[in-house]
Amino acid sequence: MKIDVKINGVQKNIEVKPEETLMRMLRRIGLKSVKCGCDEGNCGVCSVIVDNKIINTCMVPAAHVNGSEIITVEGLGTPSNPHPIQRAFVEAGAVQCGFCTPAFVLSTFALLKKYPDPTLEQIKQGLDGVICRCTGHIKIFDAVTLAARLMKEITCERS
Amino acid sequence: MKDPKTKSINNFDRQKSSLKYVNKNHDKMDAYALACGVPAYTEDLPLENPLYLKILFSPHAHAEIININSAPALAIEGVSHVITHKDVPHTRFTTAGQGFPEPSPYDALILDTKVRFCGDRVAAVLAETPEAAKAGVKALEVTYKLLESVFDPEQAISGFAPVIHDEKDCKYPIDVTYDPSKNLVAEINVEIGDFEGLNKNSDDITVLNRFTTGYTSHCAREPHAASAWIDHQGRIVIRSCTQVPWHIRRLVARALNLSVSRIRVIKPRIGGGFGGKQEMILEDLCAYAALKYNRSVLTVLTRDEVFRSARVRHPMINDLHIISTNKGIIKALKMDLLLNTGAYGGHGLTVASNAGSKTLSLFSGVPDMTFNARAVYTNLPVAGAFRGYGAIQAYFGLGVSLDIIADKLNIDPIEIYLKNGVKEGESPEILKSLGEGGEGCPIQYNSVGLYECIKQGAAEINWYKHHRMYRSPELNKGSLKRGVGMACILQGSGVPDIDMGAVTIKLNEDGSFNLLCGATDLGTGSDTLMAVIAAEILDTPPESFVVTSSDTDVTPFDVGAYASSTTFVTGEACRQAALKMKTKLINEAARIMNYSADELECSNSCIKKIDSINENERVTFADIGTSTLYSSNQHQISVTASNCSPTSPPPFSAQFAEVEVDIETGRVRIVNYVAAVDCGTPINPIQAEGQTEGGVVTAIGQALYEEYHFDSKGRMLNPNFEHYKTPGPKDTPRIKTILVPTWEPDGPFGAKSVSEVVVNGPMPAIANAIYDACGIRLYEAPFTPERVFKALKSKMNIE
Repeated sequence: MKIDVKINGVQKNIEVKPEETLMRMLRRIGLKSVKCGCDEGNCGVCSVIVDNKIINTCMVPAAHVNGSEIITVEGLGTPSNPHPIQRAFVEAGAVQCGFCTPAFVLSTFALLKKYPDPTLEQIKQGLDGVICRCTGHIKIFDAVTLAARLMKEITCERS
Repeated sequence: MKDPKTKSINNFDRQKSSLKYVNKNHDKMDAYALACGVPAYTEDLPLENPLYLKILFSPHAHAEIININSAPALAIEGVSHVITHKDVPHTRFTTAGQGFPEPSPYDALILDTKVRFCGDRVAAVLAETPEAAKAGVKALEVTYKLLESVFDPEQAISGFAPVIHDEKDCKYPIDVTYDPSKNLVAEINVEIGDFEGLNKNSDDITVLNRFTTGYTSHCAREPHAASAWIDHQGRIVIRSCTQVPWHIRRLVARALNLSVSRIRVIKPRIGGGFGGKQEMILEDLCAYAALKYNRSVLTVLTRDEVFRSARVRHPMINDLHIISTNKGIIKALKMDLLLNTGAYGGHGLTVASNAGSKTLSLFSGVPDMTFNARAVYTNLPVAGAFRGYGAIQAYFGLGVSLDIIADKLNIDPIEIYLKNGVKEGESPEILKSLGEGGEGCPIQYNSVGLYECIKQGAAEINWYKHHRMYRSPELNKGSLKRGVGMACILQGSGVPDIDMGAVTIKLNEDGSFNLLCGATDLGTGSDTLMAVIAAEILDTPPESFVVTSSDTDVTPFDVGAYASSTTFVTGEACRQAALKMKTKLINEAARIMNYSADELECSNSCIKKIDSINENERVTFADIGTSTLYSSNQHQISVTASNCSPTSPPPFSAQFAEVEVDIETGRVRIVNYVAAVDCGTPINPIQAEGQTEGGVVTAIGQALYEEYHFDSKGRMLNPNFEHYKTPGPKDTPRIKTILVPTWEPDGPFGAKSVSEVVVNGPMPAIANAIYDACGIRLYEAPFTPERVFKALKSKMNIE
């Protein structure tokens, strides 16, 4: 079956199998930032933003996103032109093996839309769907706080 | 405490102002790519028309394979081949990623006629799609003859248990104790002095307890993945998430009866390892399939398969007997360990040795020390390398026992470490006899920042205000009890006289360099560290170095990422290579400018006349590169240096935990955690902090809730993240990392290591904090609410 979906701002028409998960579909079309950590909805490294919500793509059939809007980190920025959140993760030392980094970057994106200046508790709550084994999360929390500041600076510059 | 600042701390203070790039924070050089989702891991990278390989893992703990009927699998559309023990070579090998000759028994085959644990390999299916391969595995019909199993290590070694490795051709490549007929993988007996004949005084304090730790998993975010293909020269190329490319190359060569020159191993980015990828888990099977069928092959484990079939931490029983004077001076220490190494023995000997050498060397001057350890086979998942490598388990018992002694004497546990801990300049006696799997290697500890770590850590957590203070009923009302505990620990920096790493640096025409190193970056940032070290020597920014790592065809040798060797061993090779490069650049510049070499210095990516600011009296690295590649005295300026160190200076840490115990539920919450770490000079401090925080949180998980549960038939019951929990963001407590730099004279710019030492502290620190909070001692980890609650009930019954 074919689905219509907007991915990183580009409208696409994609053939999907009924049993194919959104995770597998996104990886199949080249979005390798979407990782498979457990395929059971328990680790969060497959997280992606669908219609402004952060979800575990391994738990969602690809067919279900017909008509939806999806954001992955490939749509946020590139190494030569990173999004402020990606820059914050790098500068705060929050990227070690990097396998969970896309999921945390997107979780941060979703969190900062709701809480542009989050407290530590709000950060922990907002990021709790993804688990990191390398960093112990401390520098990830620092990255979110830095990202909030960088995003605010950009908003101030614009206004 | 008198001033704990040692010579090495003062030496660092003197040196640090001269450092331009070392000991400054740098972005990790691959961080932007990873944050932006650039494909970089094994499963992300393109393969030409691959076959997908899935493995049938044994549902039985101990059985002979009588027959495998492949026909139902081959009948499935898309399934191309089935591989069984009849197809593969029968040369036995070890799967352990260790040096050569391996201190590990050759007890494994690619596919065997017998399975030895639930999760052992039975057969493999190749198919055009992963779905077909999975269906093919399900369709295989296997007839087993069930054998009696043994799961308890004490029973396994009793002489009345089934023999797990009864094959005639399993053997040890080195001369050590190994008796598979008794399920004995390793035995170590070391004695200094005479524990049994010790003169005891009536007021001596004796502590004798059994401590046990269980099965835990690395839980690296990336499941194990490997790919293989045949290149245009007919060679096998393996690309996998391995921590040990050269060991994989050698092990695959042995398994397939090929020479190493036929094989190339490439490590791309790895999604975490922690020791779980210091092992041949998939590469042999993948390589065999690629060679046999001349197709590229990809295989990726599911999380369930990682839990059951990959590697785990050695469960350990530690019978620890310590005798102290009534002033807290340790007179004698006897450690008896029993390690469960599971169905294959790759790391049994070395983990057992390390458990002893990394704990007992915390002391000097203890006249009587006895260390006995045995590692035994059982029909359970296979233990392997895991961050800490035996030390984390053994420190649980040691840290708690020292706290018990302090409590009995009514003195601060810090005093026990001050009185008995090794001092700078000393050489622990035990290391003469106890090495890592082999003979001892005496090491003089030339940088010991432990006591400054204790001082700063204690201040940060307000130790003297809180310790034993919460026992006062006025302060600790209600069902939530608070307490603080601490522990001191050390680890090593590489395996002395064995671990070797090499680095090549070559100059390009734009003044940049290619830096080639075998060292394996598994997210630890070693690529970046090498660039920073070379940058310091050549006075050029780290961005000048294009780092290529871990390709056995292209980069020079390295043992790989384990034993905390990379910064200390390979980092020193990098420093020496950079010094050689500096000499070559100066000599070439001297020739170009018609000076003598001793008139020139290296400064800001140039070679210039010493103290001159005249632009005519210098040439840039780019000038030298362009002329030597294209126009004058043409040659490639390239250097290589290797390093194998005769020493392994330990990093130290003092760690402090503040906990809150809910005595109604047994639930333990970490309120505050302080880790003060002496890793020598932190080459990239933000990275060293990240390693500390990550290690502490992993170890908190292992202390509080991570464990395997098995049924009566040896099957793991919780092979998923829903029932095997690791700490997430909401479980992460406040953690304060304090780096206490020392200048280690044998390390590159004073560096030692950091990644392993940090995991050894949480288990004893938390156990001691729980005692401080509510008066219960825990002897079995993890300290689940159930175990804490039972201990509380037991204490109430006694009272």
